[in-house]
Amino acid sequence: MAEIRIENLKKHFGDFVAVNDSTFTIENGEFFVMLGPSGCGKTTTLRMIAGLELPSEGRILLDGEDVTFNRASQRDIAFVFQLFALYPHMTVRRNISFPLRVQGMARREVRRRTEEVAKLLRIEHLLDRGVGGLAAGDRQRVALGRAIVRQAKAFLMDEPLGALDAEFRDLMCEELRLLHNRVGATTVYVTHDQIEAMSMADRICIMNKGEVLQIGAPMEVYARPATRFVAGFIGSPSMNFLEAEGGLPAGAREIRIPGARVPMPETREPLTSRNAVLGARPEHITIRDDGPLRGEVFAVEYMGARQMVTVDTPAGRLRVRAPNTVAVDYGENVGLAFDAERLVVFNAETDRSVASTLFEAPPVQGGAHG
Amino acid sequence: MSVSTKAYSVSESGKRTKWLAGGMVVVYALVSMIPLVWIVLTGFKSPPDSIAYPPKVVFEPTMEGYVNLFTSRSRQTPEYIESLGPPQTWYDALVRERNMVITGPSRFLGRYWNSIVIGFGSTFLAVFLGTLAAYAFSRFRIPLKDDLLFFILSTRMMPPIAVAIPIFLMYRELGLSDTALGIILLYTAVNLSLSVWLLKGFVDEIPREYEEAAVIDGYSRLQAFVKVVLPQMRAGIAATAIFCLIFAWNEYAFALLLTSGQAQTAPPFIPIIIGEGGLDWPAVAAGTTLFLLPVVIFTVLLRDQLLRGITFGAVRK
Repeated sequence: MAEIRIENLKKHFGDFVAVNDSTFTIENGEFFVMLGPSGCGKTTTLRMIAGLELPSEGRILLDGEDVTFNRASQRDIAFVFQLFALYPHMTVRRNISFPLRVQGMARREVRRRTEEVAKLLRIEHLLDRGVGGLAAGDRQRVALGRAIVRQAKAFLMDEPLGALDAEFRDLMCEELRLLHNRVGATTVYVTHDQIEAMSMADRICIMNKGEVLQIGAPMEVYARPATRFVAGFIGSPSMNFLEAEGGLPAGAREIRIPGARVPMPETREPLTSRNAVLGARPEHITIRDDGPLRGEVFAVEYMGARQMVTVDTPAGRLRVRAPNTVAVDYGENVGLAFDAERLVVFNAETDRSVASTLFEAPPVQGGAHG
Repeated sequence: MSVSTKAYSVSESGKRTKWLAGGMVVVYALVSMIPLVWIVLTGFKSPPDSIAYPPKVVFEPTMEGYVNLFTSRSRQTPEYIESLGPPQTWYDALVRERNMVITGPSRFLGRYWNSIVIGFGSTFLAVFLGTLAAYAFSRFRIPLKDDLLFFILSTRMMPPIAVAIPIFLMYRELGLSDTALGIILLYTAVNLSLSVWLLKGFVDEIPREYEEAAVIDGYSRLQAFVKVVLPQMRAGIAATAIFCLIFAWNEYAFALLLTSGQAQTAPPFIPIIIGEGGLDWPAVAAGTTLFLLPVVIFTVLLRDQLLRGITFGAVRK
């Protein structure tokens, strides 16, 4: 187990900057998820931690030891690949025991640990099969087994569920999290799927275009996004963005959008640019006759316990998550009210969120996993 | 009369089409085998039968061609042959019927051995170097990679005859003419373009993750290559080796121009086996038959790998 510290890490391939000046610490025993669209630099960062790529600048510290230029084999880190990378010419047993045999461990010990891991992953019955005929889920388990068996300092996983069917992915998500709770090793998990990230992570690191935008517990990044990109990337359906009119002084408690004035958390800094964007999640808008913003219902998607209502307003098209008891119909004129405490204002030029009382409450804790 | 409305899918051909396709394959196989069969038959003919017109399909088989291939003989008077006493072996007897005695072995075995050494030697070198080069081209960032690959391929574009004279002069200076080493180097150079290109395709097919996994699990890059990549390249290496061997084994022009004695291979030697009154066709045919064997055996032994190798890229596991 280990703490992984990244300092001013940079990586460019020719002119392309893959990772730009990242600094953060992954704590001992943490399930740390790196989230972002493809090409955002998350996989490159992971590969640098593993030693598969060398950084252009910066340092990587493993438990305080500088390993930036150490070989991958000297870092005592296990890696799970998206395509599993099981050696096709070996049986399940030989695949799992491969790292131990490379280390030259005694045969009896290799056998004991291999079988222990197989039991943990419930693939004992497959040990002497070839890996060719295995189902995707079992291949994934073998790949995990090969990582776990080493009892390495940290696990790095590069979209390990990307090659699985959706149905199976949920199951493996849960299993991975349980496994982490049992093994307790520092895990860095790369994915582009925000639902995977939200459901598994202790902390999420959101990246875009080589930059780390925000690091925090799932609830934290959801409720208090640092940038407009983070706000839009996390949550499904994503946050509504409304163009505001005019600037905002520090201490403003209201924002003007086309068609309405909306109360919001008190801002703590003046908005430097002329343009602000108001961010409201679908569940932070309610349909009420006395709502300040009027609009016409464009579509209603009934989803059982809830319904998703799309409303055309002077400020743009908004998606509202409403309980199924609200009766609305296509074309109906409705009023919309905003949950003043939860709204986020973004600076339209920098895309950063504007400091307000929303960000002053104690940090939101990780929720599910604590 | 009923018209069938059944639509056959593209992949499932009707019975008639299958028979037709099968028939064509058989006809093609027969046509391509006729020269081979004729060579094998000619090896067992007597010299007059071998040049008879119209050609003889039915004849009395004799081992004369093979005996002539392996021996040198001289013509003697019947009195002299009488004085030697009864023949010791069946081939002595055969030769004496033609008023000749065996004076020693021919040079055929030496040439054949040269072919084996040069063929397998250059194949081994071309595949060995080709595997390393292909791996490097596939995995590393190499400056001017595409130009280098094209340059390697371009060595194949020139006919041997165009470069034979410069090579001949070069080899004379370097003392490589008429040496097995010289020919091995030359064939390796020619085959290298083929092996690099073929093998690069195979390496490209193997995901990098395998090596990366092995490196993370504690292997060095070289160990990962030897223990993880190579086993997966087996089919590709076998197919490449066969192609290289076939080229080196059959190569005629360079061998004819650059070797004369010591290092001469079988191809330039076999067609000039002289008998009495011209070419000894049965001996030539016998030599050709024996010459065909190693490639046939090699190919049959590796046929499974070869089939998988030739269809590379087409089928994913």
